[in-house]
Amino acid sequence: MAAVRQKHLVLILAREFASNLATGTLITDERGWLVYYNEAAEEVFGVSFSEAGEMPLEDWSARYAPRSVETDEALPLERRPTGIALKERRPAHQRFRTRGFDGVVREVEVTAFPLFAHADELVGTVTIFWHV
Amino acid sequence: MRLRIWGCRGSLPTPGAETVRYGGNTSCVEVTLEDGAVLVLDAGTGIRPLGSELLERGIRRFHVLLTHLHLDHLEGLRFFGPLWDADVSVDIWGPPSPVSSLRDRVARSFSPPLFPVDLREVPARITFHDVPREPWSLNGARVSADLVVHPGSTVGYRIETAGSSFAYLPDHEPALAGAIADRPRDWISGGSLAEGVDLLLHDAQYFEDEYEQRVGWGHSSVADAVAYADAVSARRLLLFHHEPLHADGSLDRLEARARELAGRNGDGPTLAREGMVVELP
Repeated sequence: MAAVRQKHLVLILAREFASNLATGTLITDERGWLVYYNEAAEEVFGVSFSEAGEMPLEDWSARYAPRSVETDEALPLERRPTGIALKERRPAHQRFRTRGFDGVVREVEVTAFPLFAHADELVGTVTIFWHV
Repeated sequence: MRLRIWGCRGSLPTPGAETVRYGGNTSCVEVTLEDGAVLVLDAGTGIRPLGSELLERGIRRFHVLLTHLHLDHLEGLRFFGPLWDADVSVDIWGPPSPVSSLRDRVARSFSPPLFPVDLREVPARITFHDVPREPWSLNGARVSADLVVHPGSTVGYRIETAGSSFAYLPDHEPALAGAIADRPRDWISGGSLAEGVDLLLHDAQYFEDEYEQRVGWGHSSVADAVAYADAVSARRLLLFHHEPLHADGSLDRLEARARELAGRNGDGPTLAREGMVVELP
């Protein structure tokens, strides 16, 4: 279980924004912890966020084993949009295959971007999924 | 810790016979610590009479903590007597910006066409600080700041001494980030600032029906203020940032509504009034 840790205001506002989107959206904090995804993302992941809970993104992504569409090789976090947004602090986009908790393999387009707060401080990332 | 309210009106100074009981000066709260040190919260028009008193008391060094730079929280600074005394030292703390320093942002209000005297000509020694991300110490008090829901870069403050705690969230619209009552505390704007405090001073500018017409303006309804205090387990709630259109009679009704919502009368929510003093243990 994650320790209770006050969420940055930008994450609080991002969550509210995401909760009103029909596009699958995932939010991490600056440490790379998955802190929220919306109902639309549940369709891709096959499990609700309330069931999954907060966890390090690496633990999370190990569960759904993303693979390259072109080569079928496993994609480590640092080569996926969310990892790039976190580590390199820039937006990134990619198409890959992922296996949901329900065992179904889905192909998704993914865009991730870092969130910077007022003091130019990285506070997290937003990742948007399109099921293709 | 002792608090004195020097201004609790929101948005615009509102002098006149109809606001004489709650007062018309904009946000300014004096916090006096056990050793006599003074922290000034915000620099609305209430800071002008406070400045005169600080000079009379011979206090020459203190801190001003700004939540944000909207005019109603800054406009008194130019008329704050201690700034015009070369023997005074002031530390001014405020929210960060990626674009310009706190000094440069405050200096805009000390420049034409808004004001005839440049900040560089102010005789007091002023040091500007962006609030740190982590708690820091001022005269033995532990001070925390965090960004809160309000348009632009805005922080709230938590001040703790050995015996008491106080949170200052004068401009705050936590409902904009989702229903307050349904959220875990760590997902509530300013939750770590206000959690379990002895006294929460919180924005309650509107009645519920007024708020419906002003969503996104950065202020709370009385119902949201009461729900927020409950969600963060604040022991006592002081309602603040009174709407300029609300005369004393309206504010009496706002307080009654807050008590009705809280289900408490004796120790229920109260409205801040100019001149009010609150002693915390």
